[in-house]
Amino acid sequence: MSDATLPARARRVAFPPNWPARIALVALALYAGYAATILDITWARFVAGFGHGARFIARMFPPSVAPDKLELLYSGMLESLQIAIIATVVGVLIALPLGLAAARNLVPLPLAWAARALIALFRTFHPVIVAILFVKAVGFGALAGMLALIVASLGFLSKLVAEAVEEMSMPQVEAVRATGAPFLSLVIMGVLPQVMARFIGFSAYQLDSNLRNSALVGLVGGGGIGATLFTAFQRFDYDFVLTIVLAIIAVVMVGEVLSGFMRRLFQ
Amino acid sequence: MDVDRSLVIRNLRKEYRSGQPVLKDVSLAVEGRGMTAIIGPSGTGKSTLIRCINRLVDPTAGEILFRGQDLARLGGRALRVARRRIGMVFQEYNLVERLSVIENLLCGRLGYVPVWRAWLRRFPSADIDRAFHLLDAVGLGDFATARADRLSGGQRQRVGIARALMQEPDLLLADEPTSSLDPKTSVEIMELIARRAGERDIPVIVNIHNVELARRFADRIVGMSKGEVVFDGPPQALEQAHLLQIYGGEGWLE
Amino acid sequence: MSVADPALAPRRRWQRFTPAERAMRSAFYLLVLIAIAWSLRSIEVIPEFLYDAPQQTVDLFARMWPIDWAWYPKVVHAALLETLHTATLGTILAVALASLTALMVARNITRSVVLNTIGRFILVATRSVHAMIWALFFVAVFGPGALAGTMAIAVHSIGFTGKLLSEAIEEAKAGPIEALTAAGAPPLAILLKGYWPQVKPAFLSIAVFRWDINVRESAVLGLVGGGGLGMALDTALSNLYWDQAGLVLFVIFAVVIVTEIVTAWLRSRII
Repeated sequence: MSDATLPARARRVAFPPNWPARIALVALALYAGYAATILDITWARFVAGFGHGARFIARMFPPSVAPDKLELLYSGMLESLQIAIIATVVGVLIALPLGLAAARNLVPLPLAWAARALIALFRTFHPVIVAILFVKAVGFGALAGMLALIVASLGFLSKLVAEAVEEMSMPQVEAVRATGAPFLSLVIMGVLPQVMARFIGFSAYQLDSNLRNSALVGLVGGGGIGATLFTAFQRFDYDFVLTIVLAIIAVVMVGEVLSGFMRRLFQ
Repeated sequence: MDVDRSLVIRNLRKEYRSGQPVLKDVSLAVEGRGMTAIIGPSGTGKSTLIRCINRLVDPTAGEILFRGQDLARLGGRALRVARRRIGMVFQEYNLVERLSVIENLLCGRLGYVPVWRAWLRRFPSADIDRAFHLLDAVGLGDFATARADRLSGGQRQRVGIARALMQEPDLLLADEPTSSLDPKTSVEIMELIARRAGERDIPVIVNIHNVELARRFADRIVGMSKGEVVFDGPPQALEQAHLLQIYGGEGWLE
Repeated sequence: MSVADPALAPRRRWQRFTPAERAMRSAFYLLVLIAIAWSLRSIEVIPEFLYDAPQQTVDLFARMWPIDWAWYPKVVHAALLETLHTATLGTILAVALASLTALMVARNITRSVVLNTIGRFILVATRSVHAMIWALFFVAVFGPGALAGTMAIAVHSIGFTGKLLSEAIEEAKAGPIEALTAAGAPPLAILLKGYWPQVKPAFLSIAVFRWDINVRESAVLGLVGGGGLGMALDTALSNLYWDQAGLVLFVIFAVVIVTEIVTAWLRSRII
């Protein structure tokens, strides 16, 4: 029965227009325009900004290598590095048991929900905000920055550990339980082998994240290069700003290489 | 043999949903030696019965008496201590796939060693020797460091059997150990279980749906239907009429 | 038949790691220990501050309560909307730019190694520099306000989004592409009909994921002048009005929860 003999209404359409998608796309475009207006983002401001920006970038080059500046850079980066290292190590050590305690297929439900609530709390606030709170509690300096990053690390890592444990194969664990193993041995031989590979990946990512965030906490008094950066901006020392930013990028890239190495070592 | 390895089940009852019992008032006395095979159609409670013994499933009512204790009442540490004397072989082998073969075997000793030894993988040398010895006994002597997920089904089940024997158990449970294996491997596995357990005077309770394998290897057959025991006797006494009663239907018997 | 006594057989040893592996692992642990020891020694921890900490914390919460709800309609509501718009507009911009960069970086789309490397550098650079640092830069260029904040969010997000998108593109199966090429389809058609259908689920997932994170990021940009809730927080903190600060924190908390719910809903509907 050919198409020509069918009434027009019944003729089949090969590619019916995807109305929900089209509407969504139009809505998105309209929204973008609306939001831009609300935020006072006009093309004029943008263009004016480019003018400024060009002058800016001109003032940033070449990056400053004055000895006194370099000394500031060195001590600031060192402190940021130390903050990042301690935050990652402590975070990794605590995240494993905390994540296990949040796995609903492993521990009693009340404990799991309590752990999950704690983790959610850690994740809610940006590390910068947590740093502000810690600065009030323990004073200015690297300790506040460290504690803030530990909280951020725990929020991220523990959640992923809990998810990995909840996705693991239960029959394997059941068999180990049937041998009469105590709980910790059960975790060591039945649970950890299943989640370790992913955990190492997450930890490597967390190191990278902490290296980046350690530059930030200084902005609010948490120690590290952040404070130096902020001061440089306020003093219009833009060539020094560029030096600092380049240093941060370099450290992050080295961190990536180290993470890749660590991942391969423990696979 | 000094130890009494007999098992007595009294009035065992299990309801997953209230009012719909999977096990209805099962009573069974298993001698402390030889192989007892439980046969019956799927869903009839065979697996539930076996798993109640080592409490992977908690019974709703009844007693399970073994070595002077009621297994149904144990909890916490006492349960763990009791479990280490009961080995289990699973249908899907249930090896920890990312661990090596020998690490899987050493899991059988977890009930006996302190936690730090598991963490550092420093098991007592007696256990290591035992592991190698058992690997030879199940025909996998060269596979000690192979990762478990690299093995075939039959090989994995051998590891499972060795793991259970590592516990030096007083009782060996097997929940459909051959259902995932081809016919030839199934016979090999049943033979392995029968021989190695027999050598060590360990009674075996096997859950199996292949009647021929049950007839061939078991000393005693228990037939279940709809959550109750309907046949209990030596393989020779198992006749067509009994099989009809257990499995129902006509066309599957020639 | 009795079992042969295991103790009589020649003893075999089990080694979990090869000597080389063990050396590497030990070296790594040693390195970590040294790093920790060095870090701890160099960090100054002033004991007086530590003793003070519990008291300071209690003081902090005491000052935050009761929360100054009256401040909400005056300042915080507008700030909240500004933050949401910044996050959303910034994400839209970022996704657009990141798509272009991802196309440049994906090795199965762009063969030129030069373009690949340039693209990769853009991704690494934008990623390493945190949104707040970009905000500092854009505030200096455009002046304080939401424009700087939106640009900061947009530029920073390019890094992550671009990386994830390029990975999704590289994972596209070659089969459908080959079929389209063999049929003589022009490049744009191949992109639209060959790559896009395969990449679409990942694309939407990445976009939604990034939006979720950007809401959190946008909330703090105001601390350096990027507009939104951050500026309200900064005002409150400068004046040491902790009850107002508490309000802003509460609003951030509520927004994050709502965003997570919306994200979960979007994921189940679209992806």
